[in-house]
Amino acid sequence: MLKIRNLHALIEGKEILKGINLEVNAGEVHAIMGPNGSGKSTLAAVLAGREIFKVTEGSVEYNGKDLLDMAPENRAHEGIFLGFQYPVEIPGVSMVNFMRTALNEKRKYFDQEPIKSSDFLKIMREKKALVEIDSGLTNRSVNEGFSGGEKKRNEIFQMAMLEPELSILDETDSGLDIDALKTVAQGVNMLKNEHNATVVITHYQRLLDYIVPDFVHVLYDGRIVTSGTKELALELEEKGYDWIKEQF
Amino acid sequence: MAKDQDKILSEVTQSEYKYGFVTDIENDVIPKGLSEDVVRLISKKKEEPGWMLDFRLKAYRYWLGLKMPEWAHLKIPKIDFQDVIYYAAPKQKADLESLDEVDPQLLETFDKLGIPLEEQKRLSGVAVDAVMDSVSVKTTFQDNLADLGIVFCSFSQAVREHPDLVKKYMGSVVPYRDNYFAALNSAVFSDGSFCYIPKGVRCPMELSTYFRINAANTGQFERTLLIADDDSYVSYLEGCTAPQRDENQLHAAIVEIVAMKNAEVKYSTVQNWYPGDKEGKGGIFNFVTKRGLCMGDHSKISWTQVETGSAITWKYPSCILRGNSSVGEFFSVAVTNNYQQADTGTKMIHIGKNTKSIIVSKGISAGKSQNSYRGLVKVSKNAESARNFSQCDSLLLGDQCGAHTFPYLEVDNSTAIVEHEATTSKIGEDQIFYCNQRGIDTENAIGLIVNGYTKEVLNKLPMEFAVEAQKLLQITLEGSVG
Repeated sequence: MLKIRNLHALIEGKEILKGINLEVNAGEVHAIMGPNGSGKSTLAAVLAGREIFKVTEGSVEYNGKDLLDMAPENRAHEGIFLGFQYPVEIPGVSMVNFMRTALNEKRKYFDQEPIKSSDFLKIMREKKALVEIDSGLTNRSVNEGFSGGEKKRNEIFQMAMLEPELSILDETDSGLDIDALKTVAQGVNMLKNEHNATVVITHYQRLLDYIVPDFVHVLYDGRIVTSGTKELALELEEKGYDWIKEQF
Repeated sequence: MAKDQDKILSEVTQSEYKYGFVTDIENDVIPKGLSEDVVRLISKKKEEPGWMLDFRLKAYRYWLGLKMPEWAHLKIPKIDFQDVIYYAAPKQKADLESLDEVDPQLLETFDKLGIPLEEQKRLSGVAVDAVMDSVSVKTTFQDNLADLGIVFCSFSQAVREHPDLVKKYMGSVVPYRDNYFAALNSAVFSDGSFCYIPKGVRCPMELSTYFRINAANTGQFERTLLIADDDSYVSYLEGCTAPQRDENQLHAAIVEIVAMKNAEVKYSTVQNWYPGDKEGKGGIFNFVTKRGLCMGDHSKISWTQVETGSAITWKYPSCILRGNSSVGEFFSVAVTNNYQQADTGTKMIHIGKNTKSIIVSKGISAGKSQNSYRGLVKVSKNAESARNFSQCDSLLLGDQCGAHTFPYLEVDNSTAIVEHEATTSKIGEDQIFYCNQRGIDTENAIGLIVNGYTKEVLNKLPMEFAVEAQKLLQITLEGSVG
């Protein structure tokens, strides 16, 4: 599904990604771990198409297409979803309107008619139940006045609505208490199937107790320095990132 | 609403000013220039009584002694008032018995503008007075309204048929001595709308005036007078467009509103005069004096405006709160793009006891435009317990535009409570990217964000206008980012 080869990217002249190689297949869950400043969020942003990052070298192939050549909204249409570490507030724009616009833009991309209001509301209801999101949240403006936990839950709700093929969750666990963490993880697990893939970016191991990865990669100084199974995450937890820093 | 929003978002793909066409119609045009003879000629063309001509001449003589105001945050090129045509009228019979007698080309023009004048094709429950250049073309639903005692007609017709009301109230809220453009308008105004709602009547439909400038080199100077008698209610709409021309055209209007005891008037404007092209060439110079007088106790006047057009906008719809417990409201969205300049806001003059006013102003600047809010809240000595709340927000798109706020406060009564809040924000790259990541492209993202930002004001507009206004915002800001 996703093939990243020797990816280099910089921001304001400073190189952050220094040759990333990663392959993700349908049905897999990958965890990317690493200390602060190692380039985890940059990798997520580059895959989603954020323009402030400049790709200088390497390639990303997504379902046989050149991902780096696509506009961010087209990457979304093609099934890439980014769960933001800091979801953005859009005052005055209701979640309902936001989601309907997003869904209809995707339909337009595939030459489909806009969704009927009744169908849309039905899907909303189903997905809300699936990710156990409070009904009140979807009647409010996008992320406006949401607590940290509500914002993260809202990301998972949007993921459920858009049914992506490749979900990249950037520090979805940061700022969550254990109950919120469980709910979010449960949502992610419910949405998982053999056709989609999930990349979980996290600093701590604890999220991986709930979202069990098939592969764990450790990102340090812009490179994936080691990969393994979920045991690697436990080892990291035990030894700390200093262990990585010393080794590489 | 959301459904309409989607429709708007999907249907708006062209960024051209879509009302820029010219109607090729035979005009009765007087020569360029302004003099006492021209004022007399206009009055004669309109077959006005002597008192009307006197009013015009007094205003003209007063205007001659005035200088163009320079206090606004605007760069106004020198206007040669001798280079303007002060009267242009589509040729047609003076008094129309029925719509059949209206020139089909005129009907077509208004059809194209989305304002059908045939009543069977009407917008649901909206009566229209259509004004092209200097004259009113047609007022719809006059008969239905007359059954309730409501007078809704062109200003010229009111001068002929309701001279007592016109004499009593014309200039009572905006005297010709008020300012430079009010004096000019009082001297040369050619037509406009007149409305009287009798005691205890709730006007059952929206009343509206649609202003269209068509002829080249012509100024439009219309005047609207709206009187709401005791315990009455009316909602009034105003729309305007003009052809796309390379030279600037002048528009200087006056709107006067009088609200008696317990009366409520809602006045909404969607201003879409031609703004000029991307290089700032052409466009309308819009100098308008709009003021409402809350004369009776418990009266209320509410201004809602969406300003997207004009090269230059100079406009401050205001309320004089004379009646005790009267209420004044001002809700405004002003958008400027490319080289547009706007200096707009309001004045709330608290005179009566327990008077209240609310000001919500949302400015949006893009391109190389300049957008200023200028507002005065004045609480006079006897206005016990007056209250005002003002909120002025500015939104910037890009880094070459300007947003400015000039609030003025004059409070002479210690029991008054006056609050002012102001914010300035930019549409963040992070907000746009968030939308992009959900599959919404940048153009649509800006549309969404701007609609969210202006929702508080757009919600005050009647339905059809709210939809129109959303479309306009989208078109006006198209191509302003990226």
